[in-house]
Amino acid sequence: MTIQERISGGQPVSTSRRGFLAIAGGAGVGLMIGFKAGPAEAATEAAKGAALEFNPFVKVSPNGAITVVVKHLDMGQGPTTGLATLIAEEMDADWSQMRTEFAPANANLYANLAFKAQGTGGSTAMANSWEQYRTAGATARAMLVKAAADKWQVAQGEIVVDKGVLTHPSGKKGTYGEFAEAASKLPAPVGSAQQTPFKDPSKFKLIGKEGLHRIDNDSKTDGTAIYTQDVKLPNMLVAVVAHPPKFGGKVKSFDDAEAKKVKGVEKIVQIPQGVAVLAKSTWAAISGRNALKVEWDDAGAESRGSEDFLAMARDAVSKPGTATAKKTGDVDKGFEGAAKVIEAEFTFPYLAHAPMEPLNCVVDLKKDSAHLIYGAQFQSIDQPTVAAITGLKPEQVTIETVWAGGSFGRRAVPTADYVAEAVMIAKAIEGSNPVKLVWTREDDTKGGYYRPFYAHKVKAALDKDGMPVAWLHRIAGQSIFAGTALEAMAVKDGVDETSVEGVSNLAYAVPSLQVELTTLKVGVPVLWWRSVGHTHTAHVVETMIDELAHAAGKDPVEYRMALLKDKPRHLAALKLAAEKAGWGEKLAKGRGRGVAVHESFNSVVAQVVDITIKPDGGVKVDRVVAAAEVGTVINPDVVRAQVEGGVGFGLGAALRNAITLKGGEVQQGNFDTYKPLRISDMPHVEVYTVPSTANPTGIGEPGVPPIAPALANAIFAATGKRIRDLPLGEQKFQSV
Amino acid sequence: MIKLNINGVDRDVDVPEDTPLLWVLRDELGLTGTKFGCGVAQCGACTIHLDGSPMRACQTPVGDVADSKVVTIEGLVAENASKEGKAVQAAWRALDVVQCGYCQSGQMMSAAALLTSNKPNDKDIDAAMNGNVCRCATYQRIRAAIHDAAKRLEA
Repeated sequence: MTIQERISGGQPVSTSRRGFLAIAGGAGVGLMIGFKAGPAEAATEAAKGAALEFNPFVKVSPNGAITVVVKHLDMGQGPTTGLATLIAEEMDADWSQMRTEFAPANANLYANLAFKAQGTGGSTAMANSWEQYRTAGATARAMLVKAAADKWQVAQGEIVVDKGVLTHPSGKKGTYGEFAEAASKLPAPVGSAQQTPFKDPSKFKLIGKEGLHRIDNDSKTDGTAIYTQDVKLPNMLVAVVAHPPKFGGKVKSFDDAEAKKVKGVEKIVQIPQGVAVLAKSTWAAISGRNALKVEWDDAGAESRGSEDFLAMARDAVSKPGTATAKKTGDVDKGFEGAAKVIEAEFTFPYLAHAPMEPLNCVVDLKKDSAHLIYGAQFQSIDQPTVAAITGLKPEQVTIETVWAGGSFGRRAVPTADYVAEAVMIAKAIEGSNPVKLVWTREDDTKGGYYRPFYAHKVKAALDKDGMPVAWLHRIAGQSIFAGTALEAMAVKDGVDETSVEGVSNLAYAVPSLQVELTTLKVGVPVLWWRSVGHTHTAHVVETMIDELAHAAGKDPVEYRMALLKDKPRHLAALKLAAEKAGWGEKLAKGRGRGVAVHESFNSVVAQVVDITIKPDGGVKVDRVVAAAEVGTVINPDVVRAQVEGGVGFGLGAALRNAITLKGGEVQQGNFDTYKPLRISDMPHVEVYTVPSTANPTGIGEPGVPPIAPALANAIFAATGKRIRDLPLGEQKFQSV
Repeated sequence: MIKLNINGVDRDVDVPEDTPLLWVLRDELGLTGTKFGCGVAQCGACTIHLDGSPMRACQTPVGDVADSKVVTIEGLVAENASKEGKAVQAAWRALDVVQCGYCQSGQMMSAAALLTSNKPNDKDIDAAMNGNVCRCATYQRIRAAIHDAAKRLEA
């Protein structure tokens, strides 16, 4: 592979002036999600004489600052730190000279190589960038070294770089800043990757090392980090929207007399999503919205409730599925000769993402341009969607990404829902003012795009030794991709992979496996929620396997290991977690220990959970010991943080989160009814990583799936009660 | 016109007296470090100090604070800041507490207020910090950072 192919992710490349690399066409992107990407943006920074661009990912300033262009949204998961680490490592830079900025919308330059489209998700940020960013760093380093060698009249190979300082045995010494201008004018190295190799891992000074602090540490601890909510443009109006109380509802009529009286309210407009109140301040916009009287037309709205949905899903899993996601062996034969058959049914509710920063988006719409500022997570969807709404060309739509106060998937939406809403408002006022759309917490909770509800039914057969011989698994629920622009790509033979992932690729060696799916149609929008299908499949698989181990009279860890013989990464993670947790110790009455191991997004995470049954019968989660197999660890502390956070995120949902509907209306609104995990709920979490030299895999999401089943298995160990319906809610338990 | 004292500086604002302090800080005075998370005092992202005590700015009408000293995150960590503010910031950075960071201004405000009293144990921390939600679940590090800050204050 050539250097250019490595930077462009193996796509055809053309080298433009000053060694710029542009991927020709972007046809892959266009075919995949139904639009044509715009042309590569021209280089403008160099002309300004500030930071000099070496390639799409690296800029060096004459003052020595190295700016890394971050192609992924940082919603807390840390790619800004991780991508800067890759560049700093290959450039032998000092961590203190690293700066970052978010990339503009430009799928030609900044596609996620795992998607062939620009977006952040699937725990792919570091994995897809691993070679691309290191190559960008190594290339920039080579250009800077050549510039120094030319000036000093020495051989490039004799120059050593350490912490951003170039030295030559003759005593010559210089900084990257001094050579930035000369180096930026050199052609980028052309040729095979071997000519500008990246570092041998044994020489890493930053990758995998402890003590490298997050690059966003400072701005996020002094109030200066700018999120969408903090953006203010001249003459900007804040928009708050009255949305229909039922999904699919429409505005029949509205009376804005009272709303207009609110001081600061400037405009009130109807848009397809509802009625928008625009004001000079956020509080005026909220107050104006509250004073609106809207009559809704619910004729086309979803008016059923959660009880109806779960009954529908339960009924669906009592019958064969409408599609088969996986079929190996012959499950019927397996059941015929079984020594024991175990059946169980599970249900899962809708879940809201509930990021700390409620959804928002800033739009400055002009006659021939639209400039958006927000925590953009799926530029390749948002940009053409905005173009379609405004009639502009995609390249006339520019997107400036800022820090996102969480997302957990909510900011990447196939319909671009909240972005489209902001643009519709801007269009309704004909771009007279820049607009900041602000959703309140209630808007955010009631706004849909939930983790879908599901029912599962599993029937498993054990042989006389207690080992599973057949596993029939039925799932019913909504499809995340059905009805979206991505359906053709993501739904195959009636199976949305995100409905069955984690079961269809069951890690345990079961000779006969059949996974059936029934996709239900409900008028409530659904979406990926941190770890997507694994949020429910891991719970079912890991509590079932635990149940089978107990039915077989075997230790849950040993039983899993016997069935994971051909899965070395699962084995390594499981063994490490069990060892560190002291698996096998006897616990006092009232305490319980449970285990789960699950692969998601190419990483394997095992967790051992310790609980205590409180005197009132509630559950206290005391400790979680986690082990992660994530290939090469880029930043050990960020990996630990993601698993700690994943544990907390999954635990809150397992303990008490559910979005429920009654007569089509969402019953939760703020954090008093959709109750988040709080510090008093947070267990002690220990995180270990399995040593590996393989390419890095994801960690934003894989910490989530094992926590609910490990908790459920711990509750079983303490009480003998199986947890098959989430969340736990107010259930009381008795220890045995 | 309402007279306010924010981070030691006198400011005049022309807003209705029932406007929540949160929106005055953010929209009128440009102090955007104080965050909007829920609007109903359920998440603590808007925590500020009112005469030294932690308060939720989203539920504090601006008309009620005219005679009080308001400190926001910007003031907590400024050059001439309180020793608690400095210790909390140093601990937060040393332990890499932040993830998305959106709630952390409020977390730090609550933590700094807690540290003005006796050296807290885990139970004290959970009690004082339970009103501050972090959806990234950085809670374990918040606990550790408060202990770390308490040590810094002793040193």
